[in-house]
Amino acid sequence: MGRVGIIGCGQTAFGRRSDATVQELAFEAWRLALADGGIEPEIVEATVVGSVPEYHKQRSLPGVIQEYLDLNPRPVWLTEAACASGSAALRTACLAVQAGAHHVVAVIGCQKMTELETAEILGLMGRVGDVQWESGFGTTFPGYYAMFARRHMHEFGTTADQLAAVAVKNHHYGVLNPKAMFRKEITLAKARASEEVSSPLCVYDCCANADGAACVIVADERAARALGRDRVVWLDGMGCSSDSMSILRRHDLTGLPATRAAAAQAYAAAGVTANGIQVADVHDCFTIAEIMACEDLGFCDRGEGGPFVEARQSYIGGAHPVNVDGGLKAKGHPIGATGVAMTCEIVAQLRGECGARQVPGATVGLTHNVGGIGQYCFVNVLRRD
Amino acid sequence: MFEWFGLVNYCPHTKVAGFARHLKEGRLMGSRCDACGRTCFPPRADCPVCRSDSFSFAEYGGGGTLATFTRIAAAPAGFEARVPFTIGVVDLDEGGRLLAWCGRTLDEASLAIGQRVQVVPRLFEECEAIKVHYTLEAPGTSRAGT
Repeated sequence: MGRVGIIGCGQTAFGRRSDATVQELAFEAWRLALADGGIEPEIVEATVVGSVPEYHKQRSLPGVIQEYLDLNPRPVWLTEAACASGSAALRTACLAVQAGAHHVVAVIGCQKMTELETAEILGLMGRVGDVQWESGFGTTFPGYYAMFARRHMHEFGTTADQLAAVAVKNHHYGVLNPKAMFRKEITLAKARASEEVSSPLCVYDCCANADGAACVIVADERAARALGRDRVVWLDGMGCSSDSMSILRRHDLTGLPATRAAAAQAYAAAGVTANGIQVADVHDCFTIAEIMACEDLGFCDRGEGGPFVEARQSYIGGAHPVNVDGGLKAKGHPIGATGVAMTCEIVAQLRGECGARQVPGATVGLTHNVGGIGQYCFVNVLRRD
Repeated sequence: MFEWFGLVNYCPHTKVAGFARHLKEGRLMGSRCDACGRTCFPPRADCPVCRSDSFSFAEYGGGGTLATFTRIAAAPAGFEARVPFTIGVVDLDEGGRLLAWCGRTLDEASLAIGQRVQVVPRLFEECEAIKVHYTLEAPGTSRAGT
């Protein structure tokens, strides 16, 4: 199959965006992506939207977005894969390009999570797991990751300090990212002293709901070379896998098999190994999730994710800089936008545009976007020639 | 009758609704495929191996080991009055897994992955409608004894 290139990227600031509708947020990202690539909207043949519908009052979001972007009657559709909806949209767009159906496609990841009342959010929160066998006991999203954390601690000796070290790192880099929701350093002591959410996870182990949007524009090789010239970043390895919805059918409670499967596909397609990844954005919805991701992606051995972050191996200058844009933890996590925003960040890293948080000389990067507790996983390897 | 199962029930209609009636009568049931004999917990109407839709309930002893657990302080809708509460995942001796609240016979401070637990069928008390669930208890705990 032909190569797919990214020719334009844009991301809104993440955070509480009470000033804008979801289609207005999408437009911000779209305008930035067009400007970034010097692209005229006329050449964009289709739009794929990644978003989770139940957070919005507006039903059937792709319709209002395509209208507000003034792109009718060109095709538009939605992809949903929980917190990985944005990466699902990107994959769908790339497949459409590789199939020859379209030459240039826009991917919009967007989410407005602060539209709902607290009671509505608590209602949604109660249905994240398997509603037949688990939700009747009051399970929550932090609760599931907390049960992974507990098991990881039991099997490998991972400590609460090591969990908190992920939050300290990601807040450190969030300070350097003008698009991040939280731009303040935190100390290990502050993270450890925060209120318990679901033991052993505390407030600072959890990312925050946010509003935001991101857009990338992808093109087939010929169009990308014509339009993007030497700034193109290529999606050279795309991996995708799934796993059970229910924790009751997970044999492994210390990692996500879907990450390992998706990573193996992406590495093989790109002709790289984990050692060749110079910068990565991984799915740190909870601190334990980043620790498991570093292991499952092969940045460190199984069980070594805690010592890995404690030894600053995931800082710039370490073996594998991870989430040096602040991660979900400090950037905020507007779920549909997240996978697309990760892609924007890695593209910017590979173009050398990241200023104080730039990983020097990076030409190969990775995005890792998880839906739910690993029901969906997308891993992409990106390269700048 | 599956609406009997759970403090909050999002899923009243299922082909394995009889599970809740058995639980009300004190029996924990998985499923056994009538065609190939495959057993499953939680029970399922459709065999994942041979795809037969003919199954029977099979009683489980409820003994198992604690696979993981957490104490939930931030609760979803319907559970606000119960926080904090502790849930655990159990690897059942007969295979399969179950998620439930930790009951009064388990000492929360000394809970440990790998410890033996007993799944005990329960009726919610002081509740007008029939509501059933199960809790994780110390080995040897019977339904009548707590």
